[in-house]
Amino acid sequence: MCTVCGCSGTVKIGDLELTHEEAHRLGLPHGHDHEHRHDAHDHDHPRLSGGTIHFGLGVAGTSVPGMEQSRLIEIETGILSKNDAVAGANRRVLRALGAYAVNLVSSPGSGKTTLLCETIRHLGAHPLTVIEGDQQTSNDADRIRATGAEAVQVNTGKGCHLDAEMVARAMDALPLAPGSFLFIENVGNLVCPAAFDLGEDAKVAILSVTEGEDKPLKYPDMFTAARVALVNKTDLAPYCGTDLDLIEANLRRVNPTIEVIRLSARTGEGMEHWLRWLKGRLAEKTLRKAG
Amino acid sequence: MHEMSLAEGIREIIEDQARRHSFARVRHLRLEIGRFAGVEKEALAFAFDVVMRGSPAEGATLEMIDLPGRALCYDCGETVELADRLDPCPNCGSGKLMPQGGDEMRIKDMEVV
Repeated sequence: MCTVCGCSGTVKIGDLELTHEEAHRLGLPHGHDHEHRHDAHDHDHPRLSGGTIHFGLGVAGTSVPGMEQSRLIEIETGILSKNDAVAGANRRVLRALGAYAVNLVSSPGSGKTTLLCETIRHLGAHPLTVIEGDQQTSNDADRIRATGAEAVQVNTGKGCHLDAEMVARAMDALPLAPGSFLFIENVGNLVCPAAFDLGEDAKVAILSVTEGEDKPLKYPDMFTAARVALVNKTDLAPYCGTDLDLIEANLRRVNPTIEVIRLSARTGEGMEHWLRWLKGRLAEKTLRKAG
Repeated sequence: MHEMSLAEGIREIIEDQARRHSFARVRHLRLEIGRFAGVEKEALAFAFDVVMRGSPAEGATLEMIDLPGRALCYDCGETVELADRLDPCPNCGSGKLMPQGGDEMRIKDMEVV
């Protein structure tokens, strides 16, 4: 039996009598009179046109050596295209509302949740909602809700990052208000969340001073994807002997355009700068929507 | 990084294409992976074999084509090719480089029967 089309027996092409396999290998057009139906596969072959066997007339419009030509399907599709499409839909919802979404990314233990609680406290009555991503537990959402803010916990189970579909579902469950902030606290992981667009306006990376100055060099993708880096726990820098200038230089080494804000959620140092940045971006977005 | 999720993304696209183009089986699949995409190719090959079980691509061979990493140098203004994300600018030696591509993760084409 021919391994290409499943036909047995031979075909006659001109004076030649060939097996199906030979005909396929030679790229010769031939008939497929046989008993099976064609609903599960097709039988295209190089087109014989005016005495020329044309390898560019198949579905793909091209030919690659070693590949059965007319069965080559060109896709040119991003592996994450489905995620990106959902992220685009999330972005349209946020744009229509004039709401600003921040995707907070960091390693575990950088102080994301404490920083977020403090940010919420400083924003006072400003409308905002929170999506909390963790593999397990609702501890973080509980801490956020204790501030009075609306929060949805997404548990990813074994997953190492939030994806756009998870965020879309969480957005459906939240009272997103016009002109509000949406804070998305991603799973603590400096690798995977860099690649998954959630529909956010900006990724904000948090790096605490206890993590070592070379973190941006070890995990360049995340700091390249981020618009802002918050260097957190600056109050601990003297105890850890951390060189804050070196952290900043390493951040700019992997991302020359990154904005760096040094802060301490505990002492409040730098919080004003961070809040000014947030409000500035929201105002820009609202203006764009109005314009 | 998340090679399992990537393999699941590939499976979804293949199943969608199988419905659209009415094919039963994928024999060979070609991916294009940028040097800065952060994909561990061996991990993806392993995840691919596991995730494709029971799909039209079960047993398919996987080929990964490297795409070059490009970056814009903020000191000399040139767009340069880098083998490694943290290499200095081959033109001026500066370290201030912003990737301009090389993070691609695409299915290029597949041979189907």
